[in-house]
Amino acid sequence: MNAFLEAFFKPNLIAQYWPLILKGVLVTIEIAFAVVITGLLLGLLLAVIRSLQIKLLNALIVVFVDMFRALPPLVIVLIVYFGLPNIGISIPSFAVLWLVLSLVLAAFAEEIFWAGILSIPKGQWEAARSTGFGFLGTLAYIVLPQAVRLTVPPITNRTVAITKNTALGTVIGVPEILNQATTAQSFSGNATPLMMGALAYVILFIPVVALGRFLETRFAWRRS
Amino acid sequence: MDALIHQFFNLDIMTRALPLVLQGLQQTILLCLIVIPLGLAGGLLFALASLSASRAVRYGMILAIDFFRAVPPLVLLIFVYSGLPFAGIRLSPLTAVAVAFFLNTSSYYGEIYRAGIESVGRGQWDAARSTGLTAFATLTHVVLPQAVRNVLPDLVSNTVEVVKLTSIASVVALPEMLYSADMARSVTFNASPIVLAAAIYLAMLWPVVRLISRMERRIAS
Repeated sequence: MNAFLEAFFKPNLIAQYWPLILKGVLVTIEIAFAVVITGLLLGLLLAVIRSLQIKLLNALIVVFVDMFRALPPLVIVLIVYFGLPNIGISIPSFAVLWLVLSLVLAAFAEEIFWAGILSIPKGQWEAARSTGFGFLGTLAYIVLPQAVRLTVPPITNRTVAITKNTALGTVIGVPEILNQATTAQSFSGNATPLMMGALAYVILFIPVVALGRFLETRFAWRRS
Repeated sequence: MDALIHQFFNLDIMTRALPLVLQGLQQTILLCLIVIPLGLAGGLLFALASLSASRAVRYGMILAIDFFRAVPPLVLLIFVYSGLPFAGIRLSPLTAVAVAFFLNTSSYYGEIYRAGIESVGRGQWDAARSTGLTAFATLTHVVLPQAVRNVLPDLVSNTVEVVKLTSIASVVALPEMLYSADMARSVTFNASPIVLAAAIYLAMLWPVVRLISRMERRIAS
């Protein structure tokens, strides 16, 4: 037991490294928020464009969505990070991570929002149009408010799963939690910083995982 | 434009990298054959425990599932691979990957099974038990077949996530497809080998992603 505490919860290492882990936490939070905002907005925008039913645009959206759902995020991160500098575009590693995860989230979000829009009965469209609403007015005031409500649980769960991928940033040197923790581990020759990093993730993400679970039970009628 | 093609779609470099990437593909497939069945079986256990009649078991299991869904799989993997040796537990990359992915994917599969089992009406249990079926037979012959059918799109979709997940095994130097492609990338200073790996991932997973979209739409309508 003592050996275990010595390896994973060494007090003087906790005291020494908590500011570093905290720095990582802030970086993780910053990137996570940026990804959630751009990813969800882009996903919603794509779903709205798709509802215009312009054949060519729809085909492009479907290809984009399918590709980013089928490719492992780490593969895309490495292609962007190592490929772009060689053609003269150099962007910092945190921006690579933000860009890639935003696109992945946008792809999943588009699919979910689009399913939500499709699930609104045609009568809602017709009733709104007959009262004089235009296409966009119907979409914005009648269809989307109902559709988005239906999509809250799946969107929450997917967003959490993709936001956790900020940990992939460590591979390209983004100084987020995991990166700080592994650096501190190799300096100290002890697993305490790694345990601190893992616990930091648990503290950050357990509330949102629990929120997702709560939303799913509240909206459970959808399944039956 | 030429630079773009040279850097990302260099056929010459892709041809040279192909044997290495295919070797990696074999490891990726092997990894999937280990991780997916383990996750499917573990998930069922997790789900049954989280529906247990004992409140302590139920809450304990739900806490464990949420814990493993909150920790990013890469963090779990690095913890198992390079943290546990400090406690005297030294695992090979393959074992570390299997253990970390088992905990992660079982939690996700477990949640899906649980939703499926809960979607089967209580009356099904009662009817099956009243005809003389044992609890176990009720589960395997009446409840699970219906439960699995109800959540099939989610099960398939999570399996795609697991296949994609195997790519992070590259971080602990397990020579799967992304690792091999990245090796070729670092030797050639060219991103084409990774684009080649991406193309292989697409070829494997794109049809499944299409299938999921179709299954989800059919259930929605």
